[in-house]
Amino acid sequence: MSAATPWTIATVRDALLAKKISARELAKDFFAHIERRNPELNAFLALCPQRAFAQADSVDAAVAKGQPLPPLAGVPVAVKDVISTQGVRTTCGSKILETYTPPYDATAIERLEKAGAVILGKTNCDEFAMGSSNENSAYGPVRNPVALDRVPGGSSGGSAAVVAAGLSVISLGTDTGGSIRQPGAYCGIPAMMPTYGRVSRYGLIAFASSLDRIGPFATTITDAATVMSVIAGHDSNDSTSADEAVPDYLAQMAKTIAGLRIGVPEDYFGKGLDFEVKAKVEAGIALLEKLGCTRVPLKMPHTDYAIATYYVVATAEASSNLARYDGVRFGLRVQGNTLMDMYRKTRERGFGPEVKRRIMLGTYALSSGYYDAYYLRAQKVRSLIARDFSDAFEKVDAILTPTAPTPAFKLGEKTADPLEMYLADIYTVTGSLAGIPGISVPCGKTSAGLPIGMQIFASHFGEARILQLARAFEKAGGFAI
Amino acid sequence: MKISREEVLRVAQLAHLDLAPEEVETYRGQLDEILSYVGKLQELDVSGVEPMTQLRPRNAGGESSTSGAAADADPELRDDVVVPCDVANTVLAEAPDAAKPFFRVPKVIER
Repeated sequence: MSAATPWTIATVRDALLAKKISARELAKDFFAHIERRNPELNAFLALCPQRAFAQADSVDAAVAKGQPLPPLAGVPVAVKDVISTQGVRTTCGSKILETYTPPYDATAIERLEKAGAVILGKTNCDEFAMGSSNENSAYGPVRNPVALDRVPGGSSGGSAAVVAAGLSVISLGTDTGGSIRQPGAYCGIPAMMPTYGRVSRYGLIAFASSLDRIGPFATTITDAATVMSVIAGHDSNDSTSADEAVPDYLAQMAKTIAGLRIGVPEDYFGKGLDFEVKAKVEAGIALLEKLGCTRVPLKMPHTDYAIATYYVVATAEASSNLARYDGVRFGLRVQGNTLMDMYRKTRERGFGPEVKRRIMLGTYALSSGYYDAYYLRAQKVRSLIARDFSDAFEKVDAILTPTAPTPAFKLGEKTADPLEMYLADIYTVTGSLAGIPGISVPCGKTSAGLPIGMQIFASHFGEARILQLARAFEKAGGFAI
Repeated sequence: MKISREEVLRVAQLAHLDLAPEEVETYRGQLDEILSYVGKLQELDVSGVEPMTQLRPRNAGGESSTSGAAADADPELRDDVVVPCDVANTVLAEAPDAAKPFFRVPKVIER
């Protein structure tokens, strides 16, 4: 944490109510801090001071009138640049949307602002959220604030970095195969992927529609829970959003964890797992046992097939979703002699190498003659992976694993080999495919001082259970274990 | 070898991507490596397993996950209500080349 006293939602609220600082002054402080720190981190792609100050002023007016303050009043928030913000440039980390300004707000943005949050700006990410290191951004990589020669993780690298560096109190990221949880682990902060359908995707620029989720980064579990309570809930603008009641996360999370059964799948602790990560996550699980949880060994036999399944399903959906970038309605257009010529030139110039690679892989997997062997088969294996989870949740209340096999790697270390990069998501893609919620919580550091993340999965709509375990872990000192 | 140079070119054409000559071999090699890895999906016996096309929790168990009946029982259709959507000008404002109320593109039909 670079700020002397890192702000939380509660300390912002207390300071506003005690009139120690105004929302405008607070926003100003954050912008000044960003101006100093962002050149080296490259975590923000755009700032929106006008919008932030207008919102801050309305919070200050409410304070002056003694009106009750909404849950996120005056709280600075940063938003991944794949989430639409009206009037604020939204590039998805891509040249093809370099000049794109959305004409509407995503539902999650609308809800944050209605709850009083002050949006500071848009954060850097892998192009169209495709990547595990943030090195696929057309606007340069983000640096990990904990170790500047290392990646912050991806694809929501900017959103993780700004919260870890104290440049925002909370942020929104998106997770398709691990893109919230893995950067949370690499930067050493809590990072939550909600259940598929829990948070509206309206206004989230699509990568893989059956996998994409919006979720929070924060420095405390309480803050993550507060953001969840604001952004969760049904939205008629997203036909896949769930019409399930949103529990009182803050109340649920305070409950004792004694007696909960925590599953530990041996399949997540095998070959490829860094020994320091393994030791810390084992220590984390032991701490939860000490707090009264029962450890249940699990076998999840299809875990080893998750990356292969994910890269067929996600790229197939991406190849279809990204067909919209053709130079006609928005974004970049490169002139051509014919319509087809224009499409091809626009897409050739506008997309970066990883996006093209995935579009081609997905197009191949869906093409005539290969559909059954790749896409259909992957969707069947996806059922098996989901069944591993539903079988496990018959026996346990939550599943504990490492978030990533290694701590943050060095910039440039894995860029030459796309497949090796994909394997950074080996423990996170399973939950993405199954549609269940998961969190990464800090779980100590390596001897070199690099953050380690522990992942907690629960069954569908089990966010409260996850937060309950995460909060107990945090309270017992697990973050610094 | 999982994928040939010709197939890379065919896929690029399907995806409306122009590839520079030097890119073709790079992508061929990378796609080949990824497809070889993905080939491990062939190891599993998936006979009798339904593909997962729904993420609803009650269906998360795999084999029963996609039955049309389950989907039909809970179609989650909203009422068909007309709401104003007067956004044509806002939308056209983002277009690289608009001639209101149209998007302008290179000539599509010859003669």
